[in-house]
Amino acid sequence: MLKIDNLTAEVGGKTILNGLSLSVNAGEIHAIMGPNGAGKSTLSYVLGGRPGYEVTGGSATLNGVDLLALDPHERAAAGLFLGFQYPVEIPGVSNVQFLREALNSQRKARGEAPLSGGEFLKLAKDKAGLLKLDMDMLKRPVNVGFSGGEKKRAEMVHMGILDPMFAVLDETDSGLDIDALKIVGAGINAIMRKPDKAVLLITHYQRLLDYVRPDFVHVLAGGRIVKTGGADLAHMLEREGYEAVA
Amino acid sequence: MAQNLPTTRDEEWRYADIPALERLAPDLAQWTVVDVAAGETHSQCMIAGGNAPELHRIRITVGEGGRAELFAVIAGDDYTRVEVEVRLAQGAHFEFGGVTIGGGDATREFVTRLDHAEPDATSHQVVRAVHWDQSTGNFLGRIHVARDAQKTDAAQDFKALLLEKGATANARPELEIFADDVKCAHGAAIGQMDEAARFYMASRGIAPDVAKQLLIRAFIGDAFTALADGAEQERLQNAALESLEARA
Repeated sequence: MLKIDNLTAEVGGKTILNGLSLSVNAGEIHAIMGPNGAGKSTLSYVLGGRPGYEVTGGSATLNGVDLLALDPHERAAAGLFLGFQYPVEIPGVSNVQFLREALNSQRKARGEAPLSGGEFLKLAKDKAGLLKLDMDMLKRPVNVGFSGGEKKRAEMVHMGILDPMFAVLDETDSGLDIDALKIVGAGINAIMRKPDKAVLLITHYQRLLDYVRPDFVHVLAGGRIVKTGGADLAHMLEREGYEAVA
Repeated sequence: MAQNLPTTRDEEWRYADIPALERLAPDLAQWTVVDVAAGETHSQCMIAGGNAPELHRIRITVGEGGRAELFAVIAGDDYTRVEVEVRLAQGAHFEFGGVTIGGGDATREFVTRLDHAEPDATSHQVVRAVHWDQSTGNFLGRIHVARDAQKTDAAQDFKALLLEKGATANARPELEIFADDVKCAHGAAIGQMDEAARFYMASRGIAPDVAKQLLIRAFIGDAFTALADGAEQERLQNAALESLEARA
């Protein structure tokens, strides 16, 4: 589903991704772990097309579609979802307005009919319930005044509503207490653990992987994948640290 | 008439487009006078600006415990100046929401002069400016608090969003406070589109032009939050956003 081949990228003239290759098949969940500054967040931004993250070589395709040739909003319509480490606050724009605009923009780009206000609210209510996020939160401006945990749960509500084919979740577990971690983990499984979907989980810690069991774990260091293993690799890293492998 | 026109050496006209004013040749003595009786409420919405220079001068006096509200959009293609003088009696309130928006090379400006003449009066002013091309948006806001006007509570907030290099915004808050037990708050910020918000919206599938519109709608919306009449709010919002759509 996602194929990254020999990807190099720089930020502000500094090379961050240095020949990264990775292949994720439909139905799989992959975790990427790595020390600070390894390029984990850069990878998610490069896949999402954030301005300032310049691809200098290699390729990245989603179901054969050249992601790097698309604008960020087109990548979303092609089925890519980016879960942000630091979700952005947008004063004056309600979640409901924002998400309905987002969903209908994507549907339009795919040649699908827009959802009516009623249909959308039903869907939003359903997904908010899944993440145990009060529906009133969705009527408030995007992420404004949300706690760290609420922002991450809201991210997962976005994912549930937009129903992507592939999700890159950048440190979705950071800032979550144990209960919220369980809820978010269950949300990821419910929304994305399907034969026709796949996930790339970027994380520092093993603990999220207790709730979302990865099929593969990769270690990212120095801008490339330096080791790949099964779920047990994450436990080994937790015990021995990155220095043992990187 | 022209010889009586102000120049940019006059503080109140410092950022004005004097040549445009000369074309207009206004009678500067001409004021629209509004008298709000004690305990009464006056509410007014205006959409100003067009293909020729405009000058609107409004003088409002608000009696004891009264309330005056003015919400205005300046969205024309030529120089437009809306000038408001307000005198507040005891316990009176003045609410002002203003938006200047547009491109070209026009100057659009609000000038307010508030006289908190008696105790316990309150005022709240929110001005938003959105400009592109070589255009300019100004807000000159003076608040005068008289010696006996204790417990005055006056707030003034200006934010400008410059969409392109070349656009300008000028803010000049001016507080003259002669009482000692008062609250006067003022803030001014001039910035550009929030890139993080734009990328966040794009990552959810919202196209750049739609994202920009949503962000600008939210930005100018601050100026109309105190306007209770939803239909009027919508009318002002749309008048402001029309000029944005006409951009392109």
